[in-house]
Amino acid sequence: MTSKRVLATLCATLLSAVSAQSAEVNVYSGRGEALIKPLLDTFSKETGIKVNLVSGKDDALIERLKAEGAQSPADVLMTADAGRLHRAKAAGLLQAVDSPTLNAAIPAAYRDPGNQWFGLTLRARVIVYAPERVKREELSTYEGLADPSWKGRVCMRSSDSIYNQSLTAALIAHDGEAATLDWAKGVVANLARPPKGGDRDQIKAIAAGECDVSLVNTYYLAGMQNAEEPAEREAAAKVAVFWPNQKDRGAHVNVSGAGITAAAKNVAEARKLLEFLVSDEAQRWYAEVNQEYPVKAGIAISPTLRTMGAFKADALPLARLGELNAQAVRLLDRAGWR
Amino acid sequence: MALISALAARPLSLRLPRAGWVLAALLPALPILVVFAALPGTGIELWLGLWQTVLPEYLINSLLLGLGVGAGTLLLGLFSAWLVTRLDFPGRSLLAGLFLLPLALPAYILAYTYTGLLAPEGWLQTGLRELLGTRGALWPDIRSLPGAILIFSLGFYPYVYLLAREALRAPHQGFEEAARTLGQRGWRLFLAVRLPLIRPALFAGVMLALMETMADYGAVYHFGVPTFTTGILRTWHGLGDVQGAMALAAVLAAVTMTLFVLELRARGRARFDYGRHARPILPRRLSRGQALAAWLAGGVIVTLGFGAPLLQLGLWALPRIEQVLAPDFQRLLIHSLLLALGAAGLITALALLLALGVRRHPSPLRHSLYRLAGLGYAVPGMVIALGLMIPLGQFDRWLNAQGIVSGLLFSGGLLALLWAYLSRFLALGQQGVESGLATLRPSLTESARLLGLSPWRSAIQVHLPLLRGSLITVLILAFVETLKELPATLVLRPFNFNTLAVRAHELASDERLADAALPALCIVLLSLPAVILLARLNGRAGLRDAHPLT
Repeated sequence: MTSKRVLATLCATLLSAVSAQSAEVNVYSGRGEALIKPLLDTFSKETGIKVNLVSGKDDALIERLKAEGAQSPADVLMTADAGRLHRAKAAGLLQAVDSPTLNAAIPAAYRDPGNQWFGLTLRARVIVYAPERVKREELSTYEGLADPSWKGRVCMRSSDSIYNQSLTAALIAHDGEAATLDWAKGVVANLARPPKGGDRDQIKAIAAGECDVSLVNTYYLAGMQNAEEPAEREAAAKVAVFWPNQKDRGAHVNVSGAGITAAAKNVAEARKLLEFLVSDEAQRWYAEVNQEYPVKAGIAISPTLRTMGAFKADALPLARLGELNAQAVRLLDRAGWR
Repeated sequence: MALISALAARPLSLRLPRAGWVLAALLPALPILVVFAALPGTGIELWLGLWQTVLPEYLINSLLLGLGVGAGTLLLGLFSAWLVTRLDFPGRSLLAGLFLLPLALPAYILAYTYTGLLAPEGWLQTGLRELLGTRGALWPDIRSLPGAILIFSLGFYPYVYLLAREALRAPHQGFEEAARTLGQRGWRLFLAVRLPLIRPALFAGVMLALMETMADYGAVYHFGVPTFTTGILRTWHGLGDVQGAMALAAVLAAVTMTLFVLELRARGRARFDYGRHARPILPRRLSRGQALAAWLAGGVIVTLGFGAPLLQLGLWALPRIEQVLAPDFQRLLIHSLLLALGAAGLITALALLLALGVRRHPSPLRHSLYRLAGLGYAVPGMVIALGLMIPLGQFDRWLNAQGIVSGLLFSGGLLALLWAYLSRFLALGQQGVESGLATLRPSLTESARLLGLSPWRSAIQVHLPLLRGSLITVLILAFVETLKELPATLVLRPFNFNTLAVRAHELASDERLADAALPALCIVLLSLPAVILLARLNGRAGLRDAHPLT
């Protein structure tokens, strides 16, 4: 009797337990736990719906969804960028959601035209520079960073980073492939050092005087400005933000977002979760704690983000970034951007 | 008196159904076979595209990295092993234990901490710059190919050290005396007599280090050194070409396999039998000055490989130390611990089973299968996870289609995760068990059988106790590795199940290194007792210098 029960418990632990709890929603998230868990907890508290979470790499989770097929326990896929959501949609892993709440809260450019995925938070890729060594008038656009006057003054993150890949995809969409290849080659020729490290490392490299300009996501700089470690805050204080392309199409933006999976068993709960994530409360949390821009209009942003000033965002539909991502990677390979 | 006799390995008589052995070998090989299966389906376009742009650089970097890490681990491992086996000085066994400490640090953590310590924007250079009033970098960036070689050499030399130390302790005295009588001295003695004796151990250690290096992504990514693995993950994530990524991984695995085959050929069928009158080599007693020099040299290695990174981690983690008490954090600890223990047991058991099978029926087929089963050590964890996810998912879907179960049975549970660890780390178990088996004298098996013990009884009563040391070593290595494992854990784990490595990675990839330090430090601290046990275990054997078989 007991040994049977032990065996059953062991099996349930080792094999995936098919749980029969009432209200719950299962989430695969390409964003780290720290970036979403507090929000999910609030959701559970307010609705009584339990949220089960696996966080991991976007692409790996997409493959897991594919492998699990119709049996997948996941109801919601969250990713760190629009390109991955587009990829999931193209693989037939998502389903359309017709929600007036979502449609009203999220501008059309930040969600899938077929309503299969929705942007939840916004980030911008901006130019950071050393005010001591760079005059503001020298700066203008992303394209301008390929100008020979920047020779030996540019730091960049590796092109393995999705941030640089989707920026390049946006440039291909606006300027065409040939011009973007020339641009990438120009930027590579201007590099002060081989691409390495993360976004914060680029800021620190400018602070250390290794280079004068770089491109980073706004929330990394904001995170450093609010860091506990004095060294992070000091480095952040040595750089300034420049919003590129404000006189033409606007700065490059991308979203973190989510969609309901095609295999979802808890569609109603999943939908409630997405709608919660665009509520004023959740959007404010994103802005204040994660230093991201809300996708919803009329939400107050954090004091740190306010100091970076208002900006005009590129209106390019984000689905394009997903379509052009592979092309962007091949282009960066050809340009020698490591 | 022939000291070296080319004995055919006399099998340890353990009967195991042939089909059972093959099935057991195919278990860890499954993800690798799936990866190999991707090869034929890959279009020439992908290869051409890669070849014309980035592949040459990836290959050159991987080659240089491999050569550098091979040389680095060999040098550090052999030197440290020589120091504590051939020389005698106060605190020798303590130093012998300290040499193992870098095992507790994952390579990606080593990369992050050294960046924090040494990069131009790190606190050391920033402080110095302010002091000197200069700007720009004061010394070459650690985030470079030479830096990566240094990091991996420091992180992985203990594998060479562990195996080389065992080999150096074997009772070679007779061989060396004979060679001396024949006029061999110094380096020539080393090259002619000692090196061939310990070569299998050195090769095994360096192979482990190289396989681990090739599977690494975190450290080379952070250092901006694109390697073959970068190509694999870029093809998957950047181009969205899963098939192509697996094909690239298959090439990497094939190269590893070839290396194994070449070494096996080169080694031939020679086995060393130390003879009945073998004596251990007595270490040379050092003078006080020499002892100090030995400690200095050893201290530098341990400080670079463990002390300095640990200090950096501690500096980051200290202000957050109270987080350890959070219930959430304790769940992390427990998950990590249980998972690593389970995986270590599985890996050890299967490695022993497979090695015994090869010993009993040494055939080319078995050798190939055996090596195939261990290849996962050279394949990035994320690719192993992929190679496991796909067949398990298919099987689950088939079960559902047949109406046998509803929902997922194998995917998404801990079983899948343990299976992935088995595939990824079996090589560690194989190398350890092999080196243990190699010390078993064939006559022992014969005596046991002559005395009327059944094959199973002789295995359990005679061999297992003699192999105990090797098995515990394997258990500990597998435990420590699993504790550090990240990519497979990340994608295969069940809902609401996190480990220390996952937590450390998520914070680090969010570029919150200081926040990542606490879970990273806990990985190190959890590994420490295991590493210390390993050191004591081997240290005792070393002091007695008793080879139980002589």
